Amino acid sequence: MIGGDIFVSLAARSVRLHLLRSLLAALGIVIGVIAITTLGIMGANLTLSVTESLSRSANVITITPYTGGGRGFGPGGGGDSSANLNITQSQLQEITQVAGANRVIPIYSGSDRITVGSRQGRASITGVKPDTVSDLLTVQEGTFLKGGDSALVGATLADDFSLKIGSRIKLGDTSSNVTPKMIRVVGILQQQGASFSINTDRAIVVTDKWYTAAYGGEGQYSQVQIIVDNLNQIGTITNNTDRKLNRNAKLPAVRISNPSQFLSTITTTLGSITSFITMLGAISLVVAAVSIFNVMVMSVSERVREIGILRSIGTRKSEIRKMFLYEAVIIGFIGAGIGALLSVVSGYLTVLAIVGNTTYFFTPASMIYIPQGMFIGIATCVLSGVYPAWRAADLDPIEALRAE
Amino acid sequence: MSDGPVISLADVTKVYHMPAEDVVALDHVTLEIARGDFIAIMGPSGSGKSTLLNQIGCLDRPTSGDVIINGRSIQEMNDNELTDMRRDTIGYIFQTFNLITLLTAYENVEYPLILRYKTRAERERILALLQTVGIDEALAHHTPGELSGGQQQRVAIARALVNNPDILLCDEPTGNLDSKTGTQIMEMLRRLNKQGKTIIMVTHDTRIAEYAQRTITIRDGRIA
Repeated sequence: MIGGDIFVSLAARSVRLHLLRSLLAALGIVIGVIAITTLGIMGANLTLSVTESLSRSANVITITPYTGGGRGFGPGGGGDSSANLNITQSQLQEITQVAGANRVIPIYSGSDRITVGSRQGRASITGVKPDTVSDLLTVQEGTFLKGGDSALVGATLADDFSLKIGSRIKLGDTSSNVTPKMIRVVGILQQQGASFSINTDRAIVVTDKWYTAAYGGEGQYSQVQIIVDNLNQIGTITNNTDRKLNRNAKLPAVRISNPSQFLSTITTTLGSITSFITMLGAISLVVAAVSIFNVMVMSVSERVREIGILRSIGTRKSEIRKMFLYEAVIIGFIGAGIGALLSVVSGYLTVLAIVGNTTYFFTPASMIYIPQGMFIGIATCVLSGVYPAWRAADLDPIEALRAE
Repeated sequence: MSDGPVISLADVTKVYHMPAEDVVALDHVTLEIARGDFIAIMGPSGSGKSTLLNQIGCLDRPTSGDVIINGRSIQEMNDNELTDMRRDTIGYIFQTFNLITLLTAYENVEYPLILRYKTRAERERILALLQTVGIDEALAHHTPGELSGGQQQRVAIARALVNNPDILLCDEPTGNLDSKTGTQIMEMLRRLNKQGKTIIMVTHDTRIAEYAQRTITIRDGRIA
């Protein structure tokens, strides 16, 4: 209907004849659309890449001894503070019952001084059964634990101490008379980043046998992880574990971290950040709207006489309104189209610069911001054109003809 | 639509409400204009002659009284009907030509046709019409700024004629032209009148008024 309307071509002609003014108005929309789309895309990519890396470990339920206060989320952290609080062998059995077919992995952890060559430092030490390592961690280089004094090291730790496969690490106080404990690096772990599982980027992973031989405390685990095969079971298993182990609600025995709640909190938070960022983009669109409004009002004021002529030779009010609205629509489409094209480029560069990961750039969740931005741009343009169009149509033709 | 007057004004009064006082621009004017008339309206500035022309031209409505054009009362028409009347029945020719400056002569003449038929007009028809008012095809593609006053007024007359109106309203049609060009324009209006157009022309130039069959003088809003 609109396509065949002669007033569209009249409006297009008017856009062409007032080229500079039309381009200025379109430029406002271009900038507005680029801003809102780029920021939207950036937010989406940020959310996608963070949640994806978290989701990789989202099937893990972590059970740690209850320490009273709000210890926060961070299993695998300071082993010293909870040295006297452990998951016992009997609790582990109960957990295994609740977990059913899902894998249950008890973990020892603590920390110790380490010496590599002449360099000294501190690292967290994690002890696990060799056959469970592949469930928990990914080896970047080398092999999994082989038993004995073999050890895996986190990527960050390996970097800091220039550790390679075959490097030897001394554990414990080297100045004392006690014979230092030695381990041999057989594998370097993949960088983890944000994770719900134990964080091993700065850790040394050894076998459970080696750990208890070195530090004692056999059967007293600092945490137990359940790897849930079906994500839908996470809630049930969490609740069952809670019922079984925390019989006394006033004095719970363990803390159970359910990653899905945390994941949704993070997603929600990232969502708010994204909306906030997009709001910043919207401000630029408001500025664009004001500038288009200004251009359109100016356009009407400048063309009062022309409108008077058009009215006097028989142009209806509704037709004047249409002409001005179509002009706004045409400017909106041109501006939004150019803006969309440019925002693919600027969006990509922004994501590259700020998120540093463009894997998700061409996914629907990220690309959706382009049509969305275009739509908002066009809508802004049309809305800004409504009042001027109305004003133009309602001019008194006699008064308008007198205008200079 | 035949024998009766093409335009009749019955007791038309127009009052402009100004902040200081009400200004009576037309004071109980009654007038009948027959089909094919050529009428000159004369009178000093501010006498109300332009106001009279605007009532007949459906650009304005009387405060009281009525104007009947081709049997239709302008008091009973809504804004769209008045607009269509201006488009189809009336051709307006202004002192300052009032062409749209960004459009070519051709496009200016084409405009009322587009408004009426909602489609692009046949090129030949527009060019032929421009030819009859003395604008050739080369001039037709110039914008008004590139044309002389006389040429602009010719284009304006072509625009007024393009929808084949019954009535031509001319507001000081020669006011911005030298006398030689003015005479050419008046000869053209005379020809159009001979072809059956009813012409109502406002002027304060008695030499111009001589082209009319009848002269009406207005003073202080009344027909003198």
